[in-house]
Amino acid sequence: MSSNTTQAGTVRKNKSVLALNLFLGAAGVVLWWLIYQQLPAVSKWLTYGLLSISQGSHLGDSIEFFLYDTPKVMMLLFLVVFGVGIIRSFFTPEKTRAFLSGKSEIAGNVFAALLGIVTPFCSCSAVPLFIGFVTAGVPLGVTFSFLISAPMINEIALGLLYGLLGWKVAAIYMGTGLFIAISAGWVIGRLKLENHIEDWVTQANMAAVEMEEEKLTWNDRFIYGWDAVKEIIGRVWIYVILGIAVGAGIHGFVPEGMMASIMGKGSWWSVPVSVLIGVPMYSNAAGVIPVVEALLGKGAALGSVLAFMMSVTALSLPEMVILRKVLKPRLIGVFVGVVSCGILIVGYLFNTIL
Amino acid sequence: MEIKVLGPGCAKCSKTEKLVQEVIKETGVDASVEKITDMMQIASYGVFGTPSVIVDGEVKCTGKVPKKEEIKAWITK
Repeated sequence: MSSNTTQAGTVRKNKSVLALNLFLGAAGVVLWWLIYQQLPAVSKWLTYGLLSISQGSHLGDSIEFFLYDTPKVMMLLFLVVFGVGIIRSFFTPEKTRAFLSGKSEIAGNVFAALLGIVTPFCSCSAVPLFIGFVTAGVPLGVTFSFLISAPMINEIALGLLYGLLGWKVAAIYMGTGLFIAISAGWVIGRLKLENHIEDWVTQANMAAVEMEEEKLTWNDRFIYGWDAVKEIIGRVWIYVILGIAVGAGIHGFVPEGMMASIMGKGSWWSVPVSVLIGVPMYSNAAGVIPVVEALLGKGAALGSVLAFMMSVTALSLPEMVILRKVLKPRLIGVFVGVVSCGILIVGYLFNTIL
Repeated sequence: MEIKVLGPGCAKCSKTEKLVQEVIKETGVDASVEKITDMMQIASYGVFGTPSVIVDGEVKCTGKVPKKEEIKAWITK
């Protein structure tokens, strides 16, 4: 009897904690929105009023951009990471693996690419994840679709693109990213390169470790989201500020239209160059986006900029080095080659149609 | 007690190891901590995400940095 009361008592307590959290959350969103609306005015005032920098000067433009963009991006990041953290609490690599095992090729590629967006993924997990998928009977091509979409279509990138450049750009990014992940994965699957996996992997007998499924309550999910915010923003904020500083410099000091000549539509080589610049660079998506915003503002073509952004996030040298443990060089080469081609195609496509 | 922390060496994995060491010191439990960075060994434990923590052969957590309270619960039960 007493255990029943305690249980009921706990349930009631959880419900009131939840109600409190929801109320605070709603109040937080309203407050966030109010502050967000004031940002342009405040940054103008700070630059020209408080710091008395002359309007229209390069320095003024840069500083205003920086003061406006930094809190703006940080606030967006906060909201996006929290929201996506909650979505991600519904997905685990184990569930994804179980779901994908044995799926037929094209359906598998599509699901894998979609799941790559929402399943939590850290670059250092790439190898165990790869092994886990392969030994669970997930076809090689399907596994690659996942591995391509996970780092490239990043919820942070999508959220920031949406906030900074509008939903159309965000949707294009997600759509083309998915397209590349699905088709590249499918192509790799067709090439029948299973024998290019390092031998020890196929010999490893990975019995699935049965992790008991944590039953998460909504409170747990909020905590998960909040933890994600602390962890990701804690890790990323300095790159974001650096990215914004670079963007501010471009915004203030690079002449209008100069980007049009380097990364513009006219030059046929702008897309491959953008991809090449992106490959050795590895940044998390958050740092790259302010740069993207500034480049676009200076006349760079959307296709080239998208290509740049995708190659920075999808083809990362550290990840290739890690994958070398499980993949023979030729398979890595094919992986890089197919993804690069996909990105090139997307870049050209958008430069032509937009 | 034998604790293994699996991770190839990224920030999260090092943080996990550090947390485990701290909890052991705080609770005074007699346990050895081994950090495993070799991919082949990590794979042999059947986990898909790093960091992972294994206590006396049982996988306690995988794919995220555990909280101190969680670690404490595993080693003092």
